[in-house]
Amino acid sequence: MGLNSKSLWLGWTLFLAILLVIVCLFSLGVGAVHIPLQKVLVLLTRGRGTPGYTILFAIRLPRIILGLAVGGGLAIAGVVLQGMFRNPLVEPYTLGISGGAALGVAVNIVAGGPAGLGLFSLPVSGFLGALGIISLVYILGMRGGTVTLARLLLIGVMVSFIASALIMLIMAMTRTEDLHGIIFWIMGSLEEPDTSLIRAMLFISLGGLIVALFFSVDLNAFSLGEEEAFHLGVPVERIKKILFLLASFLTGCCVSLTGIIGFVGLVIPHLMRLLVGGDHRILLVTSFLAGAIFLILCDTLARVVIAPLELPVGVITGLVGGSIFIYALSRKGASF
Amino acid sequence: MVTSIMLEIKGLSCGYGKRVVLHGVSFQIKRGEFVGIIGPNGSGKTTLLRAINGLLPLTKGTILLEGRETHQIARRSLAQKVAVVTQSPEAAPPFSVEEFVLLGRIPHWGRFQLLETEGDLTIAEQAMVLTGIASLQKRRMGELSGGERQLAFLARALAQQPQLLLLDEPTAHLDIGHQVQIMDLLRQLNREQSLTIAVVLHDLTLAGLYCDRLILLSEGRLHRLGPPQAVLREEVIEEVYRTVVAVVATPLQAKTAIVPVPGGE
Repeated sequence: MGLNSKSLWLGWTLFLAILLVIVCLFSLGVGAVHIPLQKVLVLLTRGRGTPGYTILFAIRLPRIILGLAVGGGLAIAGVVLQGMFRNPLVEPYTLGISGGAALGVAVNIVAGGPAGLGLFSLPVSGFLGALGIISLVYILGMRGGTVTLARLLLIGVMVSFIASALIMLIMAMTRTEDLHGIIFWIMGSLEEPDTSLIRAMLFISLGGLIVALFFSVDLNAFSLGEEEAFHLGVPVERIKKILFLLASFLTGCCVSLTGIIGFVGLVIPHLMRLLVGGDHRILLVTSFLAGAIFLILCDTLARVVIAPLELPVGVITGLVGGSIFIYALSRKGASF
Repeated sequence: MVTSIMLEIKGLSCGYGKRVVLHGVSFQIKRGEFVGIIGPNGSGKTTLLRAINGLLPLTKGTILLEGRETHQIARRSLAQKVAVVTQSPEAAPPFSVEEFVLLGRIPHWGRFQLLETEGDLTIAEQAMVLTGIASLQKRRMGELSGGERQLAFLARALAQQPQLLLLDEPTAHLDIGHQVQIMDLLRQLNREQSLTIAVVLHDLTLAGLYCDRLILLSEGRLHRLGPPQAVLREEVIEEVYRTVVAVVATPLQAKTAIVPVPGGE
């Protein structure tokens, strides 16, 4: 990796960072009330107190920041999991994490959650559900002190099925008004009234990126296979545990705030691998940026397609992400 | 303490779970030696390499690298001293040849180091020149032929700057030209850089031609240990491999070839 690929790395990072800024500005302007770009810039600098300022800062900006944090976080979790499992079909949701969170939320809506949490009640129960499932998958996936990745994956998929079955069971026995709450949550939305939660999510997501970066060299070794990584001096068992917990924690946080937003963690790492190659040092950075861009764009679409009504963002990410992905794969004829 | 013993294995038993593969194997490898490990399929050759590099827990016995128990040495420090060339996996790593060879520098990096230094680049470059793949450095690993790929794996191991190099059938699936290229390269490294080498080989003739000493394993036990002319004898091979062979003289000085006898007549 001489100078050439280093400047290539810098180029991609800059390009995506600039794109992210552009997408944020665009997304700020678009919505039920259209605000042209010049006006956005004027409002940003000296618009305090005007209705336009309120729309931008109280309504649209928090969503954009949440989109950035969750899009980036899910993409990081996807890169980490695909890297360590060496399996292109793994994503945060394959391992049952979303199923667990959804189950937690469904139970909360039907039976009532932890008392006295107010706004935090749903996120907390989602997070507890995710945590419960992760621990279950992890404990079942361990055997004699070592984690067998194939086993972990299979158990994740199975636990995921069981969780969805339980959710359907709950839904089948639920009153209509509760049913709507569960369905809406499962479909995913970036609407989050509490700004401190959004701020926390942003820190978690950026922190996740930094932690993952420090394991990017280990992930590179992992892409040669576990045994090869071991021979290169990577303490394989320890690193697997750390990375699994990191990805689970990131996903658990994202899911508990926004519900199930599929495809970001699956598609973005793939697309970035096609663009920048298999080195995780650059793959993590570009995936974070691209995940953020992708989710903010999808959310903007979700807000305007049938305005003033809103589509669940999970629908958009699935449709757009899936189509882009199939297109990219068939065009390049690329393999993992 | 500098000892002339690079590797000492005492009463080693180990295996996979309850299945014991190696039973009480003991031997020593001196610094600067070129040792071949031979034996039939399933006799425990690969398991032995894995045990030496700490991949398998030991049931019994000890493995000492320069007098220190390998299981007490941190992974990273062990990988600074011992490099392994495994039987190349089918799936090609998603890297260019240069990126792949640079991965051999990882054991020498700090925990929080993310970028390679000039020194790393120089060492990787030297490893590629030595193995003759410098012209391929920008190619993807997936585009290489079998022989080129094996050289890239060897270059990566050399980039680790090990003192002990372990190889598992480095000549498997290669044509005779590439086989000789790899073995000549190993001999050159052994002679010129006094790199200690332990190599698992299936080709008994190659083993006899290149190795200082041979370790013959049979059903997980050390069957015979010594210079090639003492190990590669018709009656020994017939007993261990259960096939009839002829050990024939070659025009090379004091070197023999092992020829199978069809039908055992």
